[in-house]
Amino acid sequence: MAKTALMTVLRRPATIRYPFEPAKKTDISRGHVVIDESRCISCSLCQKRCPAQAIVVLKDEKTWQIDRLRCVVCRACVDVCPVTCLFMDTQYTAPMTTRGVETVAITYVKPPKPEKPSATGEAQT
Amino acid sequence: MTRQIIIPFGPQHPVFPEPIHLDLVLEDEKVVDVIPSIGYIHRGFEKLVEKREFPDYVYIAERTCGICSFIHGMTYCQGIEQVMNIEVPERALFLRTIWSEYSRLHSHLLWLGCFADSFGFENLFMNAWRIRERILDVLEQTTGGRVIQGACKIGGVRLDIDNEKLGRMSNDLDSIREEIDVLTTIFLRDNSIKHRLKDIGVLQKADAYQMGAVGPVARASGLAIDIRKTGYAAYGKLDLEIATEHEGDSYARCVVRARELFTSIDLIKQAIRTIPDGPVDIKVTGAPDGEYFSRSEQPRGELIHYVKGNGTKFLVRARIRTPTLTNIPPLVKMLQGCELADVPVIVLSIDPCIGCAER
Amino acid sequence: MTIEEQLTTPVEIGNLIGRVEQFRNEGYRLVQIGCTALGDSYEINYSFDKDYGFRNIRITIKEGTEVPSISGMYWGAFIYENEMHDLFGIRVRGMNIDFKGTLFRTTIKYPFGNPVPKGEEQ
Repeated sequence: MAKTALMTVLRRPATIRYPFEPAKKTDISRGHVVIDESRCISCSLCQKRCPAQAIVVLKDEKTWQIDRLRCVVCRACVDVCPVTCLFMDTQYTAPMTTRGVETVAITYVKPPKPEKPSATGEAQT
Repeated sequence: MTRQIIIPFGPQHPVFPEPIHLDLVLEDEKVVDVIPSIGYIHRGFEKLVEKREFPDYVYIAERTCGICSFIHGMTYCQGIEQVMNIEVPERALFLRTIWSEYSRLHSHLLWLGCFADSFGFENLFMNAWRIRERILDVLEQTTGGRVIQGACKIGGVRLDIDNEKLGRMSNDLDSIREEIDVLTTIFLRDNSIKHRLKDIGVLQKADAYQMGAVGPVARASGLAIDIRKTGYAAYGKLDLEIATEHEGDSYARCVVRARELFTSIDLIKQAIRTIPDGPVDIKVTGAPDGEYFSRSEQPRGELIHYVKGNGTKFLVRARIRTPTLTNIPPLVKMLQGCELADVPVIVLSIDPCIGCAER
Repeated sequence: MTIEEQLTTPVEIGNLIGRVEQFRNEGYRLVQIGCTALGDSYEINYSFDKDYGFRNIRITIKEGTEVPSISGMYWGAFIYENEMHDLFGIRVRGMNIDFKGTLFRTTIKYPFGNPVPKGEEQ
């Protein structure tokens, strides 16, 4: 044991002085959920699948809300989104001093349907 | 006629990782009887099954415990897959085995640290956790989470590890093995530790079988019970040795867990050598209708997830029976007749995970 | 791929002690005692194991029935029977260590009792 204790004194510490040094993260670390609001189609599949009930989608007002303190960063919403507008960022959620939901306005605009050619084949005026 | 006094032990105690309350009945420093009391961390997981659909319940089952979370998720998924007769791809079974064994390494190293803390050896506690950091780094690089892995889903696993990374993991295990060797040599050869552990908290073989002890507590008393021998996940294809001892005291339990560390490293290397290629998940449709008792070997013993479905998206019942709950009667038996100063060592030698025991 | 065969036999409550004694004499160990609440009745599963062979017996009782305790044969059964009593409200007669409702100290007594009908949950 004496040899191990001496070696521990000479090695560098195994701890990181977070937050003065950045935390150890990898490419697939789960930190917090990020939304790309120009692609969301308000299907609310993410709301149905969230095990912590942290996401609320209001289709009429076109908003997407998340309660950061309820979210358990499980990636269920990221995996189920049909248009891949949700991504997982690697940094932890920033600390906050009051409870509250974060609201994001959806800016997706449905593209107009292309006009059908007329049945008789005559050119339109 | 000696007087009996009752001393309350816990739930807040520096030695416990999780809260449990014991009322110790003492006669002059010798413990005569013990009355346990749990319920400080009951979160009602079994009731949540009525409000969350069965694919989402994986995330909840995983969060029952922080130390053994991967195996909870895997056992639940296995139960649902057996009810619905889903064939999980081979590569997914091998990946689940690899992650389970890393989880076991992490849990035993954590336990070695807390055990050293219980008899006051904090330097050894920190050294054990220094090695544990390397295991947590591997878990984070492959699954995204240090403590809660979130890698299992019904029908397979959610992510894949490519073969080159598996090769690097296998090489890193050699240096981890050397460090674990140094650590376990200290635990098993040091005179002051032996003095604290030998002949403390003895559990005889017949008592262990009658009371239903599981896991290293049973294996240290001479019973060779290890659910990995039933061949779930990929264990049927790997060579497994069960470590047993005969004395049944705290020193024997320490020896069993130290030997399991080396068995786990062997199993991971075997699995990495023989892992097949292929897909890692399979599409799942429909709802479970039927019941099954899904059994697996957690670091602390035998874990059972009982799932019962009736054809709708919500399960009727999900019962989790954890090994710490079934090791509490042997604990009551072990504590009778010991000295007051040995109580923390004995309570920690069964590896109490009260968060699991109460869900 | 089935991992292991699991046999479940339904049993009348009068024959329970006889069957458990048979298991004890053959050398089975007690694995768990579990309870499921189904509408107005409860199903109680007693599981035994020997050499990785898993056997299960099941009794079905209505609310208010008293169940005899098996702690005469398996000393460690008291923890499951007390848990069943504290969470479901099932009375067990003759437990060797009876906590009288203080094993799980919850605010609501018998929280898992009969399932709450949908619409009344918060």
